[in-house]
Amino acid sequence: MKYVDEYRDAELGQVLAGEIAAAVPAGEHLKLMEVCGGHTHSIYKYGVDDLLPDAVELVHGPGCPVCVIPMGRVDDGIAIAHEPGVIFTCFGDMMRVPGSNGTLLEAKAQGADVRMVYSPLDALRIAKANPERDVVFFAIGFETTAPSTALTLLRARAERVPNFFVMCNHVTILPPLRALLESPDLRLDGFIGPGHVCTVVGARPFEFIPAEYGKPLVVSGFEPLDLLQSVHMIVRQLADGRREVENQYARVVPYEGNLRALEVMAEVFELRAHFEWRGLGFISRSALKLSEAFAELDAERRYSVPGVRVADPKACQCGEVLKGVIKPWECKVFGSACTPERPIGTCMVSPEGACAAYYNYGRFSREQLAV
Amino acid sequence: MSDVVRSEELAHGDVGRSEELATSEGRNTASRGRSTGPGREAKVLSIIETARAKRGKFRDAQVTMAHGAGGKATQSMIEGLFLPAFGSETLSAMADAAIVGVGGAELAMTTDTFVVKPMRFPGGSIGELAVNGTVNDVAMAGARPLALTLALVLEEGLGADELRAEVEAIAATARTAGVELVAGDTKVVERGHADGMYICTTGVGVRDPRARLAPSALRPGDRLLVSGTIGEHGTAIMLARGEFELDAEIESDTCSLWPAVDALLHAAGPGLRCLRDATRGGVASVLNELARASGVAMVVREADVPVRPAVMGAAEILGIDPMYVANEGRLVAAVAPEDAESALAALRAVPGCEDAADIGEVRADPPGMVLVATAFGGRRVMDQLVGDPLPRIC
Repeated sequence: MKYVDEYRDAELGQVLAGEIAAAVPAGEHLKLMEVCGGHTHSIYKYGVDDLLPDAVELVHGPGCPVCVIPMGRVDDGIAIAHEPGVIFTCFGDMMRVPGSNGTLLEAKAQGADVRMVYSPLDALRIAKANPERDVVFFAIGFETTAPSTALTLLRARAERVPNFFVMCNHVTILPPLRALLESPDLRLDGFIGPGHVCTVVGARPFEFIPAEYGKPLVVSGFEPLDLLQSVHMIVRQLADGRREVENQYARVVPYEGNLRALEVMAEVFELRAHFEWRGLGFISRSALKLSEAFAELDAERRYSVPGVRVADPKACQCGEVLKGVIKPWECKVFGSACTPERPIGTCMVSPEGACAAYYNYGRFSREQLAV
Repeated sequence: MSDVVRSEELAHGDVGRSEELATSEGRNTASRGRSTGPGREAKVLSIIETARAKRGKFRDAQVTMAHGAGGKATQSMIEGLFLPAFGSETLSAMADAAIVGVGGAELAMTTDTFVVKPMRFPGGSIGELAVNGTVNDVAMAGARPLALTLALVLEEGLGADELRAEVEAIAATARTAGVELVAGDTKVVERGHADGMYICTTGVGVRDPRARLAPSALRPGDRLLVSGTIGEHGTAIMLARGEFELDAEIESDTCSLWPAVDALLHAAGPGLRCLRDATRGGVASVLNELARASGVAMVVREADVPVRPAVMGAAEILGIDPMYVANEGRLVAAVAPEDAESALAALRAVPGCEDAADIGEVRADPPGMVLVATAFGGRRVMDQLVGDPLPRIC
């Protein structure tokens, strides 16, 4: 496939892997975090990990939108889905995320009208086709998806669709990264920056990471060669004693971001004072809610929801996995009590979650398979 | 915050980066060992594999769409509820069709229900599927399909033209497949209690004397063949639903597989270990079922799996793996290594199977697992599906 195969060339991959191995300073063991769940998924899907030298270890970060949703928010969503007359819409992954009492998929089987959509515009279309019913969109995601929710809200208001509402769970990437960097148990040497988020916010907002914490960050694309090249760029920075933000994904990411998208977001959303992150706890100014101007479209104002904070299950170590402190298989319930078909923690739900990616793709002893 | 959006950067691909990448002759073939303790990781993984090898338990409070998707939820419903209740030895073999001995003759028998939405799609319709789906399940037992029964559940208000079209499609497909429709039944339910038309067909065939097939017959060294390009039926249905606003010339692959089975039996005889038609859950699910049934591992070479560019493109955009997409006219065959070459040649000579390919092989370890050598040069697991995001494909 043109424009895709070029980024998946196995021979170039081997060449680049050799360059990475040669660039790692002797005796060093480097731990690099890929912030974005999309990267985690690519790394496992293509077996990128296999090409890296032993001296470079990838740690999976907190950038999976489904994985950071706390149980209480799922409960709130399910409560709205059970309201009479409501059509509740969300992305497919979200339907299997467990709340304290079941999932949206189970709520659907119990009679709630829960529908999978591929875009918030699909939800708006459903609202227009069902004027007598309330249609609620459960919005999730980082800055990558927030603009599409914002544009949908603008359109809903412009077209005066009275029965369309959004339950906003959009989060922002910088506060959790800062929280992570402040965490005393963290040992990371560099970051693979979240390419999709950067298409919106640009690369500049990440400059505090080298400036204040002395860690290199390279904004990366999602194809296997993108990832290897980004690792190479980070390793080169470390070897050269440089600490800066570099943009490997320049074919898509403007260094300054997408101004139009940022404007739309600023018009529709405002920062929440604080928001709970699964496994990471409350992080101040880390999530978005609808601004006053869009209050009428806010599902949280239209419906009274339990709004109860539900503690993460005790056995679940999603927090440590999200912080990169432990590997998925080091969690006590990994693969036994917590599996993709019966997840306890959110990291096991989304294919972008570190645990699900490892379980689905990486769960084999590497010594057993010489290809 | 930005003050200008540099659109020229957005438009700029950097495909030309390749010369920058190709500056060293370095090679990294070292096997992986983790500083965090590979021994402990291996132990955790082996505990998980032991747990997975156990028969599934049905513990859900209600049926969800996942139980109909052909993945793990379906498996635990079958193994945890149906098998313990009906528990015959024949059923426990969980083949596509059962072999029933009747006065010296060996009959193959199977049944299947069809609820596909939409009823008509590029390359086929629910009526064609209802014939070919059951005919193919019979053929997978190494049996020549002979006769079908047909049960229809019709929704009040279904257009007579739609019904007539499906009846004609069923008749034509049965003629092509060489099977006779010998009995039937019709029920009508109130509007809203079904979606147009549901079909159930039961098929009977007679086992070919050359066939010695069993899901548990796979041995390390056996080769894995597919009978053609994969993923077309499921992709055609997805696009026909119009949910993605994608347009591509992709048609369902629905067809009778008996000619392919006949050719394989002729070429490989007892060297043909097992056959599966790769319907719901795709080639990946079939390989997982076989690996589990035989207690063997499989390694699939991703680069050798035939996929049409249009299917690959749609899968790329939708973020799905064609290996998990349903087929309605493709089989997977496990063949003894010494017969693999002649079996593949025989398969490719069958009309519709020109793209058949050898996609991998059976290994001893790790038992029950399917592994992929990715086209990029890495390795990964290819597991069973947990839940199909796209129900009602057949």
